[in-house]
Amino acid sequence: MPHVDLAVTSKRDLNAALHALPANTNETHWHIANPEGAHALAAGINAPVTVEIDGHAGYYCAGMNSQATVIVNGNVGVGVAENMMSGRVHVKGDASQAAGATAHGGLLVIDGNASARCGISMKGVDIVVKGSIGPMSAFMAQAGNLVVLGDAGEALGDSLYETRIFVRGAVKSLGADCIEKDLRPEHEEILAKLLSAAGVEGISPSEFRRYGSARGLYNFHVDNASAY
Amino acid sequence: MCGIVGLFLKDPALEPELGRLLTDMLVVMTSRGPDSAGFAVYGTGDAQHLKVTLRGPRLDEVADALAGIAVAQRRDTHLVLTFARDAEDRVRGWLALNRPDLVVTGTGRRIELYKDIGLPRAVADRFALPAMRGTHGIGHTRMATESAVTTDGAHPFSTGHDQCLVHNGSLSNHRSLRRRLEHEGLGFTTDNDSEVAAGYISWRLREGDSLTAALEAGLDDLDGFYTFVIGTENGFAVMRDPISCKPAVMAETDRYVAFGSEYRALAGLPGIETARIFEPEPARAYVWERN
Repeated sequence: MPHVDLAVTSKRDLNAALHALPANTNETHWHIANPEGAHALAAGINAPVTVEIDGHAGYYCAGMNSQATVIVNGNVGVGVAENMMSGRVHVKGDASQAAGATAHGGLLVIDGNASARCGISMKGVDIVVKGSIGPMSAFMAQAGNLVVLGDAGEALGDSLYETRIFVRGAVKSLGADCIEKDLRPEHEEILAKLLSAAGVEGISPSEFRRYGSARGLYNFHVDNASAY
Repeated sequence: MCGIVGLFLKDPALEPELGRLLTDMLVVMTSRGPDSAGFAVYGTGDAQHLKVTLRGPRLDEVADALAGIAVAQRRDTHLVLTFARDAEDRVRGWLALNRPDLVVTGTGRRIELYKDIGLPRAVADRFALPAMRGTHGIGHTRMATESAVTTDGAHPFSTGHDQCLVHNGSLSNHRSLRRRLEHEGLGFTTDNDSEVAAGYISWRLREGDSLTAALEAGLDDLDGFYTFVIGTENGFAVMRDPISCKPAVMAETDRYVAFGSEYRALAGLPGIETARIFEPEPARAYVWERN
């Protein structure tokens, strides 16, 4: 179980060591001390290992993650798990802007709040935020699920494609082409799975409202040809 | 890109440490702005005296010539003159007549304002920032994108007594706003967009706005990207544009309120482990004032 103290080891050496891990490594649980808000911590891992960061991380933490589980016992800066492909990223504190941006797969869990543009352009990742999310979240989001136990800021889901958005609290306003939709049994099933995966207990899927694309912006209608 | 830091102390016991803490914060932000750096520190002062920070060459001549009127403290390329309020006309008159080449970087009861090109570490050491004491201070590290790397382009900008502003971002309507403010009687010494933002806040305060109201008025009148940190004689404020284009993180404890462009800048503060750490919301004025 490697322990890396960033007061002693450079971040570059840490990331290089994580990148060099083979798929069958025995070093499966890493502890990182003294992150002090450093950027790009545990970014670009491609191995089924667990990396636990004790403290606050900076920008792009666990970016491009594949297979790994990254746990942050603190807050993260801009772009946590951006472009994640698979695996799991769990932030115990708050996340700054653009959490899970462009991510293709995996699960991002944020115990606190996420600020502006959470899930911007998400492409298949599942994001569960136990607090609230900031304005312009899920902007141009294409696939995957965004689950919010608290409230959502202005312009939620602006120019949305096929991401499903579930919000339990209040939505300040919906962005262009984002509408509320019925919460059907199949959606409650998806929600139940995601809540369970995120370790959320005592909250029923029926407490959420579902939002999605009206599909008026991104589909070409010949009747609207003059508008293009 | 630029880096901003700010520290507003609630606990007077930390006042001797202000300069040292601000230096460490500024140096961490070198990666966001290695071209130049500047800072304003609110130190001692009283209602009967005025402080003027000057920048330029041959400062010892100024100190000698005004020896009977003003107490002078030289720090590298800057000179702080402290004099009785009723001597203001004489000091300004002498400067206008004899040394129009000098730049006034800040004026007020308590503000001292220093800026120069170079790495933040070098700038802080040149002016002996680590040893400065005070109640609050703000600093800036600049990576020039819109204009040349000059001392004139470095932040903070001060456009009113004990007022100063640092800016990360860029404004697109600063030329028209400058003309409007010039009609209102404000003067500007550089072509910098951030100086216009500072002037705008000074103008609103002059017209009777509270600091909060001045910042909220800016939401309508300032077009562009900005995170501002503002200092007044007794206050400290933060404002981000409505789409929060530029980064910001804050920490608050019983002893201080701190601002950083990135959390890294706050990581060395005392008691940060238990501080309330939060990201200021877009389009919301955050103001702290001491009585």
